[in-house]
Amino acid sequence: MSEHTVEVTVNGVAYTATVDARTTLVDFLRAELGLTGTHVGCEHGVCGVCTVLVDGKATRSCLMLAVQADGLRITTVEGLAEAEGLHPIQEAFAEEHGLQCGFCTPGFLMATHELLEANPDPGDDEIRDVLGGQLCRCTGYQSILRSVHLAASKTRAQRAADAHA
Amino acid sequence: MKPAPLDYAAPETLAEAVALLADASREAKVIAGGQSLMPMLNMRLARPELLVDLRRVDGLDHIREEHGAIRIGAMTSKREVEQSPLVRERLPLLHAATLHVGHPQIRSRGTVGGSMAQADPAAEYPCVAVALGATMRVVGPGGERTIPAADFFVTYLTTALEEDEILVEVSFPVPAPGTGWSFTEISRRHGDFALAGAAITVALDGAGTVADSAIVLFGVGPGPVRAHAAEARIRGGRPGDELYREAGAAVAAALTDPPADVHADSEYRRHLAATMTTRGLAEAVQRT
Repeated sequence: MSEHTVEVTVNGVAYTATVDARTTLVDFLRAELGLTGTHVGCEHGVCGVCTVLVDGKATRSCLMLAVQADGLRITTVEGLAEAEGLHPIQEAFAEEHGLQCGFCTPGFLMATHELLEANPDPGDDEIRDVLGGQLCRCTGYQSILRSVHLAASKTRAQRAADAHA
Repeated sequence: MKPAPLDYAAPETLAEAVALLADASREAKVIAGGQSLMPMLNMRLARPELLVDLRRVDGLDHIREEHGAIRIGAMTSKREVEQSPLVRERLPLLHAATLHVGHPQIRSRGTVGGSMAQADPAAEYPCVAVALGATMRVVGPGGERTIPAADFFVTYLTTALEEDEILVEVSFPVPAPGTGWSFTEISRRHGDFALAGAAITVALDGAGTVADSAIVLFGVGPGPVRAHAAEARIRGGRPGDELYREAGAAVAAALTDPPADVHADSEYRRHLAATMTTRGLAEAVQRT
């Protein structure tokens, strides 16, 4: 069983750590770095709760080994908001009741984040295509869909404000 | 739900990767995007002693047109395929099939070579490779060889790759102008593995009758199933509902024993295969 040194940047912070080859990225984030905002669900890529951004792309962190993240840039739900307050996507989920128990929410937020970074004005089909990769078992998807639409409008408003600033 | 203990190597050259696979002292397995292998590792359905990661090997991530074919490196992600204007324009069948592979979150890491080498009988890419007459470029200790897609997929999760060979590129011939195509898939939820699906290409001659076709099904056998009888049945025929139904009937008659599982029994998969052939052929002809 080989051990490896990995250098990863998580939420802008550079980490160097030694990991067992078999450690998944999600276990590394939670157990080694203490970033427990990323949840673990099915551990075979179906539920999407462990979704993080790897070099900006929404990725199942249970379907990647920590050693494979060497040299890459990871963003977790802890990296969304500034030190104070919520990120606009988080605000939108709160305002539109996009979460109930909250277990699946980190994955939904990160998948939504990637979607809106690429396109702050996605259509229903595009949103559904992304949300289709995330399971929720208590809130229901209609309010999540509304949350993403609201998050998109908040993102557009913020970009417009930034452009004027 | 954690992988069994294993070693990991990320060599920088193909030669090193091949040497690691050829070393008989350890059971080694190639990992590409890991979207099929990682679940198998987590569930301990696969317990290799060594993972050989291709992520540092140069020259495996590209989509380019050369000599009438689109050549796609084995480590090219499905997201790159999905977003490639070249694929959309020259291989619309592959583009359409890509949208059925998992979800964007899976396509971001899942690779072209990984899907081919995994050879899941319910997967989209092997079927498209057979329908388009793709060629697999493979590197092993003895050098390089090419394998036609039709010979590459042997049976369930089994390809013609030797233990110490690595798939490095898939070359898809660009269909002749005017070739119609369709991709149909039935799954319980979008992004799930297919219950059954069909990739079809069709070319008409000057008289408007069927000159050539490829009808390939997935999810209904141990690998992609080429419907030779249905293709022969429609050759020279005049496109129309009757011909499409006959093609569907020929598919149903030729399918000996489609797999049965909790999602669909054998008879239902046979029915789906026939229906998708009938509908898919009509759609493909419309695109000629």
